[in-house]
Amino acid sequence: MQPTELIERVAAGDRRALARAITHVEADNAAGREVLAGLYARTGRAQTIGITGSAGVGKSTLVAALAREERRRGRTVGIVAVDPSSPFSHGAILGDRIRMQDLTADGGVFMRSMASRGNLGGLAETASGVVDVMDAAGYDVVIVETVGAGQDEVEVATATQTTVLVTTPAGGDDVQSMKAGLMEIAQVMVVNKADIAGAETAAMQLRALLAIAPARAWEPPILMTVARNNEGLDALVDKIDAHQDYLRTSGHADEERRALAEAQIVSLARAALHRQALETAQGEGILAALVDEVAARRQDPRAAAGVLLEAVRKHWGRG
Amino acid sequence: MVTENRTLRVLIAKPGLDGHDRGAKVVARALRDAGMEVIYTGIRQTPEMIAEAALQEDVDVVGLSILSGAHLELFPRVIAELEKRGVTDVLLFCGGIIPEGDIPAIQQMGFKGVFGPGTDTNDIIAFLRENVTEKQ
Ligand SMILES: Nc1nc2c(ncn2[C@@H]2O[C@H](COP(=O)(O)OP(=O)(O)O)[C@@H](O)[C@H]2O)c(=O)[nH]1
Ligand SMILES: [Mg+2]
Repeated sequence: MQPTELIERVAAGDRRALARAITHVEADNAAGREVLAGLYARTGRAQTIGITGSAGVGKSTLVAALAREERRRGRTVGIVAVDPSSPFSHGAILGDRIRMQDLTADGGVFMRSMASRGNLGGLAETASGVVDVMDAAGYDVVIVETVGAGQDEVEVATATQTTVLVTTPAGGDDVQSMKAGLMEIAQVMVVNKADIAGAETAAMQLRALLAIAPARAWEPPILMTVARNNEGLDALVDKIDAHQDYLRTSGHADEERRALAEAQIVSLARAALHRQALETAQGEGILAALVDEVAARRQDPRAAAGVLLEAVRKHWGRG
Repeated sequence: MVTENRTLRVLIAKPGLDGHDRGAKVVARALRDAGMEVIYTGIRQTPEMIAEAALQEDVDVVGLSILSGAHLELFPRVIAELEKRGVTDVLLFCGGIIPEGDIPAIQQMGFKGVFGPGTDTNDIIAFLRENVTEKQ
């Protein structure tokens, strides 16, 4: 399928075209960029929700339960579940569908698994592209699941409007050591697995952390869920809707939209710069030569980084 | 063979009612370690679920694992569901307990690779790399 045909068919709701368009966006190839450009005018209608938190807290289970609740409210749902690629082989086992089995038979749900591919900070770029394609395809709600662990994941949050941070009663230390950035980007906090002991304590810890965080116009609510039994989802969707209403109607809506737009532009540009710089350095063998020097301790890494930057600057000066 | 150096996406699914998936998981891990992205959907998948997952995930390969002996009944239904969705350009392979005598029929259905218990996973990896085709 050529990009023009893909654009038409995605816009018309063709699921196979949607799946193929996502493949191109993920590969970050020319067809993918053309599809994104062609569909962009159709985006901006979906509610976009990020679900993030450590591995095993129940994100996939919660995403499935959330999707069921959204469906109950008559909305169609697109899901992107991102899991880390193996740093050794670059392969991945993507198992999030296991928790979403019953949704596969629902024509109002489209679910896609994605590996982080560890490619030079480009995850946020890719994820926001996939969200845009699903948005353009007409899904009312688009949910992105990511493991909240590093800078990449914090940036992924810029791809969605409402970010939900998931913890568990067992995750006390987890919350303490949580990346500061992650707390700040979350608009809704969830203590999942509230069926096990300590949920109240975990919620209190979150409340305490929020109390010392800089004040925000939107105060993140703290909710409890038992995702495995579909409990607490009604309240969660209400809060997500409330945040979406807030984005649309509050005096801060414009401010927040601008902040999100800025974060998105900066993060996309950062990823593109990073990729281009490394491509240049690798292409000309500069990086390998510097690695030899630094590994043998003949040069210090800061000086080497300077040499690399200089080479990139010269290369771009020519182009 | 694919020329472009892209990441292969493989769906590993277990149709039917048999309950354990040790073999499927061994294959999934081997493919991951060979640099592929494996979408693993768990046990007890209906033909509809498998075909729908293959469509949504836009995989290059669908691998079915079966131990229950219901392959002659289930495999054609998976293929029919794939065709119904226009997913006709995927490479199909299967593994598990499949009697020698059934292999020609299964190949006839469109499964290019049939791997019995104890297959060296390197053979499966080589087979996939060799036989997967470019997406249209
Ligand atoms: N007790 C309890 N376990 C849950 C709950 N939600 C999910 N789990 C379990 O937590 C484990 C990890 O779930 P999963 O959704 O895969 O977590 P993810 O890695 O964050 O996506 C699974 O065994 C789930 O069944 C819950 O509300 N209560
Ligand atoms: Mg998960």
